[in-house]
Amino acid sequence: MADLFRAALAIAIKDIRVEGRSRTALISAVTFAALVLVIFNFARDPGALPKSALAPSVLWITFTFAAVIALNRSFALEKENAALDGLLLAPVSRSAVFLGKYLANLAFVFVVLAVTLPLFVLFFDVGFEGGLPGILAAAVLATLGFVAVGTVFAAITVRTRFADLMLPLLLFPFLMPPVTWAVQITTRLLSGRPVGEILGWLRLLALYDVVFVTLSLLLFPLLMDE
Amino acid sequence: MTTLAKRGLAITAVGLLALAAVYVLALAYTPIERAQGLPQKIFYIHVPAAWCALLSFSLVGIASILYLWLRDPRLDLFAESAANVGLAFSLVMLTTGPLWGKPVWGTWWTWDARLTFTLFLFFLFVGYRALRSAVQDPGERARFSAVLGIFGLLLVPFVHLTVYLFRTLHPQPIVLKPSAPSLPGEMLRALLASLGAYTILMAGLLMTRYALARDEREERDAG
Repeated sequence: MADLFRAALAIAIKDIRVEGRSRTALISAVTFAALVLVIFNFARDPGALPKSALAPSVLWITFTFAAVIALNRSFALEKENAALDGLLLAPVSRSAVFLGKYLANLAFVFVVLAVTLPLFVLFFDVGFEGGLPGILAAAVLATLGFVAVGTVFAAITVRTRFADLMLPLLLFPFLMPPVTWAVQITTRLLSGRPVGEILGWLRLLALYDVVFVTLSLLLFPLLMDE
Repeated sequence: MTTLAKRGLAITAVGLLALAAVYVLALAYTPIERAQGLPQKIFYIHVPAAWCALLSFSLVGIASILYLWLRDPRLDLFAESAANVGLAFSLVMLTTGPLWGKPVWGTWWTWDARLTFTLFLFFLFVGYRALRSAVQDPGERARFSAVLGIFGLLLVPFVHLTVYLFRTLHPQPIVLKPSAPSLPGEMLRALLASLGAYTILMAGLLMTRYALARDEREERDAG
């Protein structure tokens, strides 16, 4: 077990170091998030729709769509110079490869979140009041689940034609439940509702995480065998 | 053409004949519903199509699980055929629904629970097909699509839960529910006949599709 996590951590650190040198994917994802926020602002008729009515949806759509861009890179790099073969030849289990990729992707997506959230506050003039911990909890729980699915799907789509298009096509239906619940949570917290009202949604997010992280751990190794 | 393909076509023909009989039964020998009028007749197409779409979707999921377990390429072909047939039936469901919705609900589309749910099934089918066409190696294609099929199968309860937590406009179940079916005898007869005809049609299409895909693969392997 300790070996598994050590190997996973090594793979995650490798990914983060590689990204740290070029920062291409991360900068693209973060810029994409900023651009989407700006476009949303201009796509709204200020007279007809108050910012606050649209804010929760804007936050979640921007964040998850930018996250998909970050996920696309997770196996794209491994394709160059057949690096994936090297990774698979390494004496570590396939589950360790999944966990390593998963951890690295989580790190990237949390960076995207860390940029999106302040920009969102800035552009949409939102006051979180006491709702910030709840929104962060929703963000963390939603991310744990959809990034697991995204990691598996990125491993699949990287070996297809049109990989960058295929990932969103497959992943978006899986974003629908967590995004819906996260929007519900955010809407309630932004309008000052008590925390008790969001516990049910948080539990659903946790259930989604348990199901899909387990499934990803089980099925990812099957993708890689030759 | 192999025996299986011929048998599939024969069953498809029986299904089509049964369907024609159902139309006669539903249009001529079933009373017109008082509140909805003639548009209610769409019900005899829409509900069985939805049933077949859901059934195909479950078949894709089950065949995917079995494929990853047994690694029999026939299961992969079966999953592919079920997805194709399911896509066709979900298209029937998604076109007949709005045709009924406009006169009865006054709107083509509404974000009702069951509509949203079936729309997501449709998207999953489309994604599954797109993935299959984008992978060239047959072994990889089978493994990748089986994994997607299983993920899809597990997503279904979550989508279901999500859409039901929102309010639903859709008519409630009238046959498969704890109490007795709440449909007048003649309408129930037409619905059950239509469900039977559609299921035969689906079995025929599935068999034909599977047999053709298998022959195609054998030919390619031989050539």
